[in-house]
Amino acid sequence: MEAATVAAEAALGQLRASFASGRTRPAAWRAAQLRGVLRMATEMEAEICAALRADLAKPCTEAYVHEISLVKSSCMFALKNLKKWMKPKKVPAGVLTFPSAARIAAEPLGVVLVISAWNYPFLLAIDPIIGAIAAGNAVVLKPSEIAPATSSLLANLLPRFVDGSCVRIVEGGVPETTALLEQKWDKIFYTGNGKVGRIVMNFAAKHLTPVVLELGGKCPVIVDSNVDLHVAAKRIASGKWGCNNGQACISPDFIITTKSFAPKLLDSLKKVLEKFYGKDPLLSADLSRIVNSNHFNRLRRLMDEEMVSDKIVFGGQSDQQELKIAPTLLLDVPLDSAIMKEEIFGPLLPIITVDKIHESFALINSMTKPLAAYIFTKNSRLQHQFERSISAGGMIINDTSVHLTNPHLPFGGVGESGMGAYHGTFSFDAFSHKKAVLARSFGIETKARYPPYTPAKLKILKSVLKGNLVAMIQAVLGCPRGA
Amino acid sequence: MAEEVARELRASFKAGRTRPAEWRAAQLRALVRMIEEKEADISAALHADLAKPTMESYLHEISLAKAACKFALKGMNSWVKPEKVPAAITTFPSSAQIVSEPLGVVLIISAWNYPFLLSIDPVIGAIAAGNAVVLKPSEIAPATSSLFAKLLPEYVDNSCIKVVEGGVPETTDLLEQKWDKIFYTGNGTVGRIVMAAAAKHLTPVALELGGKCPVIVDSDVDLHVAVKRIAVGKWGCNNGQACIAPDYIITTKSFAPQLVDSLKRVLERFYGQDPLQSEDLSRIVNSKHFQRLTNLIEDKKVADKIVYGGQADEKQLKIAPTVLLDVPLDSELMTEEIFGPILPILTVEKIEESIDFVNSKTKPLAAYLFTKNKKLQDNFVSNVPAGGMLVNDVALHLANPHLPFGGVGDSGMGSYHGKFSFDCFSHKKAVLIRGFGGEATARYPPYTQEKQKILRGLINGSFIALILALLGFPREKR
Repeated sequence: MEAATVAAEAALGQLRASFASGRTRPAAWRAAQLRGVLRMATEMEAEICAALRADLAKPCTEAYVHEISLVKSSCMFALKNLKKWMKPKKVPAGVLTFPSAARIAAEPLGVVLVISAWNYPFLLAIDPIIGAIAAGNAVVLKPSEIAPATSSLLANLLPRFVDGSCVRIVEGGVPETTALLEQKWDKIFYTGNGKVGRIVMNFAAKHLTPVVLELGGKCPVIVDSNVDLHVAAKRIASGKWGCNNGQACISPDFIITTKSFAPKLLDSLKKVLEKFYGKDPLLSADLSRIVNSNHFNRLRRLMDEEMVSDKIVFGGQSDQQELKIAPTLLLDVPLDSAIMKEEIFGPLLPIITVDKIHESFALINSMTKPLAAYIFTKNSRLQHQFERSISAGGMIINDTSVHLTNPHLPFGGVGESGMGAYHGTFSFDAFSHKKAVLARSFGIETKARYPPYTPAKLKILKSVLKGNLVAMIQAVLGCPRGA
Repeated sequence: MAEEVARELRASFKAGRTRPAEWRAAQLRALVRMIEEKEADISAALHADLAKPTMESYLHEISLAKAACKFALKGMNSWVKPEKVPAAITTFPSSAQIVSEPLGVVLIISAWNYPFLLSIDPVIGAIAAGNAVVLKPSEIAPATSSLFAKLLPEYVDNSCIKVVEGGVPETTDLLEQKWDKIFYTGNGTVGRIVMAAAAKHLTPVALELGGKCPVIVDSDVDLHVAVKRIAVGKWGCNNGQACIAPDYIITTKSFAPQLVDSLKRVLERFYGQDPLQSEDLSRIVNSKHFQRLTNLIEDKKVADKIVYGGQADEKQLKIAPTVLLDVPLDSELMTEEIFGPILPILTVEKIEESIDFVNSKTKPLAAYLFTKNKKLQDNFVSNVPAGGMLVNDVALHLANPHLPFGGVGDSGMGSYHGKFSFDCFSHKKAVLIRGFGGEATARYPPYTQEKQKILRGLINGSFIALILALLGFPREKR
């Protein structure tokens, strides 16, 4: 614990000095770092893929499409918009302070801590860093120790591509993270689960440090009967098993459909799954493995629970040695089963049936607000109702997961799924302070504003406030006379 | 009690009462009516709680609250509209928008120094955003607290907007409940407690705190105007008991005598020869703060640095405007937020040194600079982090609804006023809408090199790749 504290204090101390020296402020420095990250993602693609394969058996296509390419577009978007973001934004100056000029200036918060997650260990480490750097901060990154190959790779690579005096990595587990959390940061950005999220926020409270918490939840998918079923099934499958084998915060967690439609949906899903992963999915190279035995056992426990295990209608195979679990479908598990109470974060997909599709809203609203919610329907009224009645971090109609690729959409949770957002401009904003600046000159004094207070002065000011032009002129001319 | 209140508000919110624009507008209009009809009662309460001059009650609380309501009424229709944003090529075809939705049931804990404004202003934002609200007014301003408890139910929808009065036990009880947002105005010690309580429920917070707001005064100024503005921002704002009142001045050793002289003249003009008799100064809110403030100036380290004022009347809880020159930097006066009518002036050799000094302290809620020198202005704005800042005036930025009002670092997190109030109490939900057309089979397993190639092209913005992807390349048996 002592060594961890010493390391944390040293990292922070160095970064505070770097930040105080003004190194991270110029646009040129920020752009150079972003180009460095871009080069790293481009030149080291093979190494990054290898690390993700080591940590998660993540298929190269996913490593490229979901992690590397997103990091690159994030860099490019930031580089393109940096000057615009850094420019102060003029706003109307009110009549009350006439004459004056008002603007909002973005300034870095200072030295920030980014704690990353294990499931998208490259993306979720680098994406927040891009925002922090674009906003002019110095950064400490704590990659997840549960993805050790990526953690080491980042510790090795980042110093070669970015300014090590302002961007530091601290590797480690709970002791190292705790030591970091005890320090005073200007912002903490955490991606992970709600339990640790509470711990992070509690530490932050001691120093009045603002936080962004990107957490999880049970992302529901409502499937109406009025759909192009084959397309819907492909998109659900892609968002579930095509995203790290369901180990993604925005993966569909469970499906709700009508009793009458469920058989067709199941049928379609089975066909799609066989097409995607073959007859023996445990042998498919296109599925991530489960990250470690902890999570493997957790998922087996969810599947093996009494009254759940007999609801498996597809899949259920697993290989403990390889840490592999096949895509598994369950039909009508009890709502009070563990699989329906906890975030699954794996390749198990329960399907809950209701009599009428509208009942799905009440069911979803009986749970905590998820990071993402999905609906498949052509019925525009149902789409509209979905959007109005369900609160979630984000939502997609007729697809899953893809909203995170749009840099114009804020990506973040609400309620139990988190607070704050990032991506695109929102990343820059997450790590900035928006400072109000009002500038006046010495001319034009409003005498009515000064003591001694008199009814006459109050009358003039009241009229000015009501927007009375005559009163304004009077006020500016120095009425009432005599003060 | 708190649990019951929370439960009732949750039921009202779940029933959808607070969602329609008509309901929100009706509440805001009712608040405008309340402010207009009860102006005399509000002034009287502020006078009872703080001996606040009617002019200040009107200018700084009543008129600002009314303006906030009207600004929200005017802006609300456009604020609640979803904001369309560009759709990415990677999800072509699709449409994307950001939808503002209420967080749900929010808790607003107000402060004692602007007890009317600091209660109503956040409530306006919460209502405009469609939330149900609990307001906990400060018990240290009891007349205003009672007034809220009595008035609000007469004007607004009591099933969705409630007042809970009380002190530490009642506040603690409220903080144990699960809220969808907590908005707190006050000091850093309690701010930490609020955030820690919020952490248990993953409740986001806005904390409007304080700090030592510095005023840098250069010699290149219109001195008389500068001094008037400083004085009205300090003693003309609740006798210095305001989070954005100037806390201390920094100027050059050579300029200090002129500055002090001008201050004395202005103070005498404003408050007369015996300021304790002036009707235009708020009193100190209670004996605890009175003791705190008199201790600050009776401190041996600073007592001989008083160059003006220093008079106090314990019975009336009045302290006169007091100016000190060159107090030691380690005196309590220079380490704590003053929040009263005491103004220390520090001197430096060169005015640029003041920026380093300000930055050696925690980030304040507001920072001020008086100078005509453009270079110094730019240096100040670029290099002094603060909630907000003014050049050549004091405090006024809070009256501009287009400027976010909030702190940074020790002075707080989050902001409000104008549309920022609406945003503060909203969740910005990302919504992506697709149809069933535009299937890109390259996206699906089994993953192949060909598919990857097309995806790479698509991601790199290649129009041809997009067409290929949409045409279903690479071809597969269905």
